[in-house]
This record gives sequence, C-alpha cells and structure tokens, in this order.
Amino acid sequence: MKRHTWLLVFLLGINLLSAQECDKTLSGRVIDFHDGAPLEGATITFNNRTIVTDASGRYSITGLCATAYAFTISHEKCNSQVVTLDVGKTSSKDFSLEHHLNELEEVKVSGANDTKTTSAQEETIGSDIIEKYGSASLGDALREITGVSSLNTGSTIVKPIIQGLSGSRVLIMNNGVRMQDMEWGDEHAPNVDINTAGNVTVVKGASALQYGGDAIGGVIIMEPRKVPAKDTLFGKTRLSGAVNGRGGSVSSELIKGYKNGWFFKVQGTLKRFGDVEAPDYVLSNTGVFEKGASLSFGVNKFTHGWDAYYSFFDNEIGVLATSHIGNVDDLIDAINEQRPAIVRDFTYEIDNPKQEVTHHLGRLRYFKRFEELGKWNTQYDFQYNKRFEFDIRRTEELTKLPSIDLELKTHTLTSDFSFDSNPDFLWNVGVLFRYQNNFADPSTGVKRLIPDYDKYDAGVFVTGEYSLTNDIIIDAGIRYDYNRMDAKKFYLKSRWEERGYDVGFSDLIIEDFNTQWLTNPVFDYHSISGTAGIQYIFKEDYEFRFNYALAQRAPNPSELFSDGLHHSAARIELGDLRMDQETSHKISVTAQKNTEKWGWEIAPYANFINDYILLEPVDVELSIRGAFPVWEYRQTNVRLLGVDAKLYANWHQSWRTDHSFSMVKGKENEKDAALINIPAPTFNNGITYSNKNWFGLNVSLESQYFFRQNEYPSNISVFSPQQNEDVLLEVNTPPDAYHLLNADTSMEFSLGERNKLKVGLTINNILNTSYRNYLNRQRYFADDLGRNFLLRLSINY
Amino acid sequence: MNTRKLLSTLIVGGILFASCSSDDDNPVPVNEEELITKMTVSLVGGGGTVTLVVADEDGADGPVAPVITVSGNLTANTTYTGSVELLNESESPAELINEEIEAEADEHQFFYEASSALNITTAYTDKESDYKKEDGTSFTTTNPVGLTFTVTTTDAGTGTLTVTLRHQPNKAADGVAAGNIANAGGDTDITQSFDITVQ
Repeated sequence: MKRHTWLLVFLLGINLLSAQECDKTLSGRVIDFHDGAPLEGATITFNNRTIVTDASGRYSITGLCATAYAFTISHEKCNSQVVTLDVGKTSSKDFSLEHHLNELEEVKVSGANDTKTTSAQEETIGSDIIEKYGSASLGDALREITGVSSLNTGSTIVKPIIQGLSGSRVLIMNNGVRMQDMEWGDEHAPNVDINTAGNVTVVKGASALQYGGDAIGGVIIMEPRKVPAKDTLFGKTRLSGAVNGRGGSVSSELIKGYKNGWFFKVQGTLKRFGDVEAPDYVLSNTGVFEKGASLSFGVNKFTHGWDAYYSFFDNEIGVLATSHIGNVDDLIDAINEQRPAIVRDFTYEIDNPKQEVTHHLGRLRYFKRFEELGKWNTQYDFQYNKRFEFDIRRTEELTKLPSIDLELKTHTLTSDFSFDSNPDFLWNVGVLFRYQNNFADPSTGVKRLIPDYDKYDAGVFVTGEYSLTNDIIIDAGIRYDYNRMDAKKFYLKSRWEERGYDVGFSDLIIEDFNTQWLTNPVFDYHSISGTAGIQYIFKEDYEFRFNYALAQRAPNPSELFSDGLHHSAARIELGDLRMDQETSHKISVTAQKNTEKWGWEIAPYANFINDYILLEPVDVELSIRGAFPVWEYRQTNVRLLGVDAKLYANWHQSWRTDHSFSMVKGKENEKDAALINIPAPTFNNGITYSNKNWFGLNVSLESQYFFRQNEYPSNISVFSPQQNEDVLLEVNTPPDAYHLLNADTSMEFSLGERNKLKVGLTINNILNTSYRNYLNRQRYFADDLGRNFLLRLSINY
Repeated sequence: MNTRKLLSTLIVGGILFASCSSDDDNPVPVNEEELITKMTVSLVGGGGTVTLVVADEDGADGPVAPVITVSGNLTANTTYTGSVELLNESESPAELINEEIEAEADEHQFFYEASSALNITTAYTDKESDYKKEDGTSFTTTNPVGLTFTVTTTDAGTGTLTVTLRHQPNKAADGVAAGNIANAGGDTDITQSFDITVQ
C-alpha cells in the first residue's frame, strides 16, 4: 500500500512538470471522525508542500494542476491517512481523522481521565508491577493495591479480596471476557496467567455496570498490551527464578502490527516450582506447574475491526500435605500442635492432595464506528473450565481417581453501543446473553459437591456520563439481569429432611433412588443494579469523587446446593435452597491531591449488604469416620465500613517515600457480631531511591505491618470422640500480628537501538519471620513463606 | 463489507453451541466407593461372643449419627479372640470392605485403645504377610494389620475401648507396631469408642 502511494506520488510529480494549467484549488476541512469537531493544526502534505489547517479545521490549497494528487493528512495523536484525489474533478473535500487512538481497547464509559469509571474508587497496576509478579499470581500482584487483600490456600492459591469481599462478589474481566472458572470455591484461584496482562485495574465496587451487575465486591479488569496500527514487530521475554520453591517462570510475547490494521500476537508462559519453605521447615507438597498460551489476530481499522483471541491455561497445584485431615480430632490436634505433622524433604513432585485446572477461552469480536455517532461492539466468547481435585483416598486405585471432576462450559454473547459524538455527553447501552452448563462426573466415586446444572443469564444496561463543566462530570447507570438456575441434584433422604426441605420443596423431587432423592430445583432471579456519582477536579491538583452503587447478586451453586463432606477441607458444607439474592448499597468517596512533590488519597466507604451470604462453622456431625465440623451458609444483614489511604512524597529528585493504610470492619447489623474472614488492617511504608542516569537504578525497601484481626466470630464448642468430651474448637481465632520487610532493586540496560534489558532482584521477608495470616486457610497447619530471593530478567526487543 | 456475514456467523455459532450442549438426561447417582456403613467387632471367648457394632446408615456425608450397640459384658480374666468386619450396606448385597483392606494391608492398621479403668490389654494376631495383594501374591512385610487380635481381661472394671482404622499410618514409627496410635499419623477411615464393662 505504502509503496504504491510513493510510486503514485512519483508519477504525479512527473505529471506536474509536464502540465501547463495549474490554477486549480482544493479546499475543505479536516474533522474528527467521532464528533465532526474541527482539527486545528492538521497537516496536508503532497509533493513537498505542507498546508496546515486553521482553528476551524479549514484548509485551502491553490496552484494545483488538473490531475490526481496523493495527499497525506496527519494530525498528532491520529493515524495518518493517504487520499488520492483528482483535482480536475473536485475542488472541495472534507477529511476525517480518527482522533482517539483507542484501537483494541474496550469500550469504556470514561471521560476526562483515563479511568474505568468516573466516580468510583479504583486503581490500576501497570507493567512494572506485573513484571515483578510474573512468577507469582494475579492475586499476589493485586495486593499492591490499597484495599485489596487475598484469601489464600497456601501460597499458590490466591483469591483477591476487594475491600473485604471475594469469590462470586468479585468479577474478573480477562481481555474483555468475564471469567467463568468456578469462582464460588474458597480454594479455587482465578484461572488466569498474569503475564497476559499489560495492565490490571481494580474497580472497588459495582460501579462498572457494563461488566456485570453483581460485582458487590468489585471488578478486576485485565487488559492486554495495545498494538499500534503501524508496521511494527516487537516482543518481550521475562525470566524469573526464585530460591524459595527452587523454581521460576519464563514468559514470552511477540507482537506484529501492520499499518493497514492487521495484527498478530502470540504469548506463552511456563512456570514450575517445587515445595516452598517456611522459615523452619519445608511445606511439603506445595509445588506448582503452570502452563499458559494465548494467540490473537485481527484487523483494527479506522472505521471497523475484528479480532479472534484464544487462550489456554493449565495449572497443577499441590495442596500442603499436612493440611489433609481426617476428622475434627485431627483438626484439634493440628491447631494445638504448632509444627506440621508431615514434613518431607524438598521435591518438585506434586502428590495428592492436589488440584488440576484447565481453562480454554475463545473470543470473537467485531466493532464498527459510525461517523458522528459512536462505536458498536459485538462479542461472542466461549469458555471451558475443567477442575480435578485429587485426594488421599482409602485405596491406591481410588487415589488415582479425582474426588472432584467438574466441567463448566459457558457461551456468552454481548453487544453494546457507545455514543461518543458529543464529548460532553457519553452514553453506552448494551445487552448480554449467556448459557452455562456444569457437569459433575459421577465416576469419581464421591458424592457430587456441585450438581449438574444449566444456567441462563440475560442482561441489559444503560450508562451515561455528562460533563457539567470542565471540572465536573456526573455519571449514572442502570442495569437489569435475569438469571435462571436449573439443576439436577441428588439429596440423601436423611439430609433432605434434616434441612427441612420435605416441607415446601417436595414438588422438586423427580425420582426416588432408595436412600436418595433426585431433585430438579429451578430458580429465577431478577436483579437490578444502578450507580450514580460525581467527579470534581478543582484547584488543578485536587480530585473528588463520590459514588453510590446498588448491586444485586444471585446465589451461586455452592451457596444453594452444597451438602456433604468436602473432602479436601474435611468439613461438611451445607448450602440452602432458600437462599435469596444479596442486595448491596455502597457509598464511596475519594479525595486526592497529586503534585510532583507529593500527593495523597483518602477513600472511605460504607457497604450495606442485605441478605449477605456467609459460610461459617456451626457444629459437628458424628459419623463412623469420626466427627466433622459443619460449615453452614446463612444470610444476614451486614455492614462493611472501611477506609483506604495513601500518601507519597518526593523528598528529593532521587528519594521518594510511599505510605498506605487500609482497614475494613465487617459487622452483622442485628447481633452487632463480627463477620468471618474480614481482612485485618495493614500499614505499609516504603522508601525508594532512583537514579535515571545510572542505568535507571531503582532501589526500594518496604515494611508491611499486618495487624491482628481482633474482630472475629466466636469459636464453637464441639464433641471430640477422641477426648470423649466437649472441647473448644478454635477455628476462628486469628493468628498474631506480624511485620515483613521486603527489598527490591532494578536496573535497565539498552542493548542496541531498540532492545532493552531489565534486571531486578527482590528479597521478600528479609528477616525470615515466622508468621501466619488470618486469611490463609492453611494457617491451622503451618507457617507462611520464609525468606525468598527472586531474580528477574526482562528483555524488550 | 462482510459485517453481516461475520455477525450472522457469530450468532448462528452461538446458538449452535448452546443447543448442542443442552442435555435433558437425568444424572446417575454416584456409587460411593469409600463408604463404610457398619463395623462389627466380634470378641469370642469364655464360652460366648460379645459384638461391638457401629452402624452409620448415611456415612460421613449424612446427618444421621451412628448407632452403637454393645451386645454384652466381658468376663474378667479371660482372653478373647477378636475380629473385625467392615461393610458397605448401602449396596445390595452389602459389600465386604475387608477384602480391600487385606489387599492393601501395608497401607492400613487398626488400633485398639482401652481406657486404663478397663484393665484390659490388646495384642495383634495378624501381620501383613498373612494377606494377599491385588495381584494374588502375598505381602512379605510383617507389620501388624489388626483385622484379628486378642483382648485379655484381668480385674473387673468399666471404661471405653476405641477402635480406629488408619490409612497410610507410619508403621515404622515408635510404638506403632505395638498398637500405640500416638505416632501413627495417616488418615482416619473409622474411629469409634465403645462403652465396655468387664465383670
């Protein structure tokens, strides 16, 4: 294309020399494609002549010959366009340029600043932090954001918690696709490879309505690196190795872009770790082996585009050997015994108990821009999630079989239109249709924890934002979602009666299997969510945001249908068919000041959730295998009050300090009792020295103080068959406060003109402190990670 | 442009996917492989048989508590020959779990702990080499398994006898081969205490 243009210009040049009558003129305007706004300072170049447009985007070229010319129209921040015109036939022409370079990125309802929402609390981590956590997980990296913590099972299964809420209340958008990866389980980590992301944004609450109406906790938006629409080939390889776990990861990405809008992208990650170590012992069977790959290609043109994306993720995760317990007496022993019962030599081998998860994601997307109207986006995605959990079972034959074998398939079709022709008034409308099927393979020989089900979702939303003045933007949105859950579930007759389902639910029974009923619960949920807020920028450096969000979340399959022994947790988990939707009203405020010298942000919030669903220990049930703790789901009205605060100061051009604090209090309204699994306050302080002139040297030291959670629900008294009496089961007692010191240093070297090598060294837990975290489900059994050295290399080419 | 084509492909594709995967067949119930619903400990001696039975009809998954029966009292100063029978009665006919334990004798061990007031001692009378593996060959190791044992009473007394079956115990650990559970580790497949009177 480009070559042809030059040839044309050359030929036309010759033509110009031989032509005689050169008195033609060409005039018109250069305008923005989106809203028809005039573009001042756009240039029109031909035959070594350059004409610049005036304030109203007008241009006029005189002295043209009656022949064809190739004009190159350019404007900063725009893609240049080459247009060939025969001046003998036309004397006026308007050119439209795409002013916004938002190729490949999502349709987002944001105005003045580059954030996902106008008025909600949010924070983004960029490639620097993602690189640092390349060998860890998404949940680990997100803890860098104030107000985000994690619910862990060991150090490798990390579920993000946003302002005290996790699981089904946190939506994860992976490259425009809402992850459907059995997020209902406490020990189910997001099935995503953090290395696929160019940046990750956390919206703390349900205000980003276009992604879903049930994000009571918030939305995590992972976005890939953008491909500019120009001829380019670039890539990145990251290597990292860690002493603790004696493993590492390698991740590579290659991107090819063409000026005509075509692009190709390929990426892959391999991660392998053996057993990690606490300060005093090996945490046996905690290895991981992760594989990920993704591929995308498409066309991203001026007015339209499409792309296809496929990603594969596979992770084999060992579960701490000593955390496998038989019954309540084993749990009591584990809590009393400070040292784990099973400590073996280091190995890379992953034995039972373990998890093996696979996630396939495919997406097709198409967009088209309409001049002076907006952009239409349509997407179909398919996800296939497979989960195996292997346990220690009575015979070797059985041990080879998974105890849990679930297959979740999801098809989603979404379409939305964002009207952006009037920059002061942007709005977005969209619809969603989703079908999901879960299949629990009965060949496991273990009763299904999650039943077979079909789920149907439909949603529609409208959001808009309006710039009142240059400094004030208001936004509002509303969304309606319909969910239908159609399950086929077996209940032991004894459980059916114990739950009281024989009264009121007997019409669900469809078949009698001697000791069990086969039932067909079908539930419909209608959910309304909405948001309204204001953003006010004043005195240049100050920003104020206020947001109210209403969200409703339908109960997940685990909350509805769990009934029976969860082998990997050695506890009986009981859901309830009577569960209703949760309704959350959240008010959040952000006030911030950002200058070169210093800045701060204070972000308080109050989240009132009616019919909040929680899982807590209530009792024990006796059986031939001993007594098992019973964890029951229940609904209650709660309030979560908290604050996230940050402060930074550049003391000198090389010295910077960062400070952050976050706290949340979760209480039941009626009983005024503390909620379970609410993160304890944290207080982080860091000091950084950087010197750009010395290979971009960056050295930082960070102190993290984790307070003890002093507000927790009371422990329960259980009968211990071994001790033949009632004992206090201290499952809720939080561990002590602790303090960690971490250091990080990085340098950058250029290798030739375009290549860059970045070297980084991180030391975590420098003092090798022994500690346990309240939100680690393995805190009863073993200490958390000891000191770790991580070396990382990243090469850009 | 082929906008329309692409879109219709998307929609048709979506519908096809959705309609293919719907399945109206009812799921089949899971055949619970590890269920043990009944343990019967028989003690033969002094001209009679005493049985200790624990029956848990719905297993560990179900809410119904196990039912415990002790058929009678033990006689003082007597040696009883003990044996254990494990059944899964949720199947018809009932499945004898002993065979599974025997085939993996090296991975299992019963423990019999008597409270001191009972004044009794227990001893193993079997070893792994008494049993055959899945492939028909006998074990060569000689650690105890505990499917058979003896109970020897002395003076009269009352107390509890706790029967525990552990999977993957550390049979080499201190005292384990002699029947001391303290260092055994492993997973509990069965554990039950019985109230016993020796008279």
